Amino acid sequence: METFSGRVWLMGDDIDTDIILPTEYLIYKTIDEMKPYAFSPLRTDLAGAIKPGDIIVAGNNFGCGSSREQAPEVVKALGIKCIVAKSFARIFYRNAINNGLLLIENPNLCEDITEGDEITVNADTISYGGREYPIAALPENLVEIIEAGGLVKAMRKRNGLD
Amino acid sequence: MGQTIIEKIIGNNVNKTVKPGDLVTVKADYVMMDDIMMPFIVSKFKEMGFTKVWDPSKIVVICDHMVPASQTDDVRAYHISCDFANEQGITNLHQSDGICHQLMTEAGYVKPGHVVFGTDSHTTTYGSVGAFSTGIGYTEMAAILGTGEVWMKVPATIKIEINGKLADNVMSKDVILKIIGDLTAAGATYKCLEFTGDTVAAMSQSSRTTMTNMAIEAGAKCAVFTPDEKTEEYCGIELTPFMKSLVGDEDAEYERVISYRAEDFVPVMAVPSNVDHIVPISELRDIPVDQVFLGSCTNGRLEDLMAAAEILKGKKIADFVKLIVTPASRKIYTEAMENGTLDILSKAGAIITHPSCGLCCGRTGGIMTDDEVIVATNNRNFLGRMGTSKVKIYLASPKSAAATALAGKITQYEVE
Repeated sequence: METFSGRVWLMGDDIDTDIILPTEYLIYKTIDEMKPYAFSPLRTDLAGAIKPGDIIVAGNNFGCGSSREQAPEVVKALGIKCIVAKSFARIFYRNAINNGLLLIENPNLCEDITEGDEITVNADTISYGGREYPIAALPENLVEIIEAGGLVKAMRKRNGLD
Repeated sequence: MGQTIIEKIIGNNVNKTVKPGDLVTVKADYVMMDDIMMPFIVSKFKEMGFTKVWDPSKIVVICDHMVPASQTDDVRAYHISCDFANEQGITNLHQSDGICHQLMTEAGYVKPGHVVFGTDSHTTTYGSVGAFSTGIGYTEMAAILGTGEVWMKVPATIKIEINGKLADNVMSKDVILKIIGDLTAAGATYKCLEFTGDTVAAMSQSSRTTMTNMAIEAGAKCAVFTPDEKTEEYCGIELTPFMKSLVGDEDAEYERVISYRAEDFVPVMAVPSNVDHIVPISELRDIPVDQVFLGSCTNGRLEDLMAAAEILKGKKIADFVKLIVTPASRKIYTEAMENGTLDILSKAGAIITHPSCGLCCGRTGGIMTDDEVIVATNNRNFLGRMGTSKVKIYLASPKSAAATALAGKITQYEVE
């Protein structure tokens, strides 16, 4: 994985999928149409303020709640490069991996960081404020999906299309 | 070495002995897809290069979140759902029969020992009949439609043992809310909850379903009960030797065992805006409410409607309260109509709606505005779930909801 840096948006524990994208916008035809409403129950101005390359840092259980895959898709469409959280909810985690959105578990970064600061993500650590925060290795089968560029591409390859 | 229920179900599916942490590829006995996700599933299925589903008889398509339409664009999802079903020869199509999680067992699809996936997080529900079932996203579903299989990790199991007799004003909803409060919203992430003890053995199939439905609110991958004679009757089957073996072994390895005394449970509510923020109703008295919702895949079954009707019989709800009653399925609606339950509820002042997800997914049937208060029997009280992000949602049992509608303020049902 290549090294990258980005500006941080800080969030708390239990950021649920109704916060990431409320139900009323799920039926919009495209993820682009849903973008302005991401995180609107929490902060109405946030979706407009997020710039491509930004990073979300959060607490425990990010993405809990419904199975709506529009949640990780809209986060990716906003240009969020990765999410660093203490922990992720199970369905959100699978959905994000299947869409090629990078998720990193780290217990300490969200305690130390200030919103707006920049962090650098390396192969096996995150650098911030002169400290290094370790990144755990992913299970092999997930690495395969990510390396294929997500589950759609992995299936296209299986079906002899790419 | 002994095994937990979920290890036996997954082991049977993959035809080998499994243990927590094993990565396995399972074959789906059924998959469930709901209207709101269908446009995305179909588009991903085609993008992946599939043309035919693996087995149309194992696929169920259910329109429930958006039935009937509340916005003109909603009908697009029905057309995509019906067109895909027709094109693929899928006959298990429900256009207005009720909520997906009610129909998957009620309409005779899921049986004990099955492995089932659905595009909704409350797919954990079917563990009430002794199945493994869990929620997935639409890309994952598209891949299963094409291949019939999916990878998963065998979960560790938390055993929850409850013995004793529940008080008359305590329902299984109070039990599962208390358990979620103790586990916290992420306390069972990736885990299976296995419910056991004489209290749950005495529970109806309907009450057990309330508990498996809400397991996801503690982050659980799945939840499961041992199938018994009540399951046989509900599913209309005779249990096979394999189904009868779905009992957690004495020497099975559990990650944790949590024991409760039934007598210690009291009526509770989940207060805004977290499902794991649990408070006894005795500490919430006198909070005025604007609306009460009795329905959803959590608590919209006949038993729930009848429990509320018993409290409301011959009485009138408070003048300023709207009581919205949404039966979970057409079958329940018909039964409640025929046995007089809907008559009692209507005469007490209830607004009875068509069977669907209704208010629980915040799109129709009583959405609310800033600073309004609702007591609701569904499974989530997240910000913005039932209207604006400043609506205050309290989750409760049908009995607590009925008592609250009568008083016009948060109230605990007291047996007269």
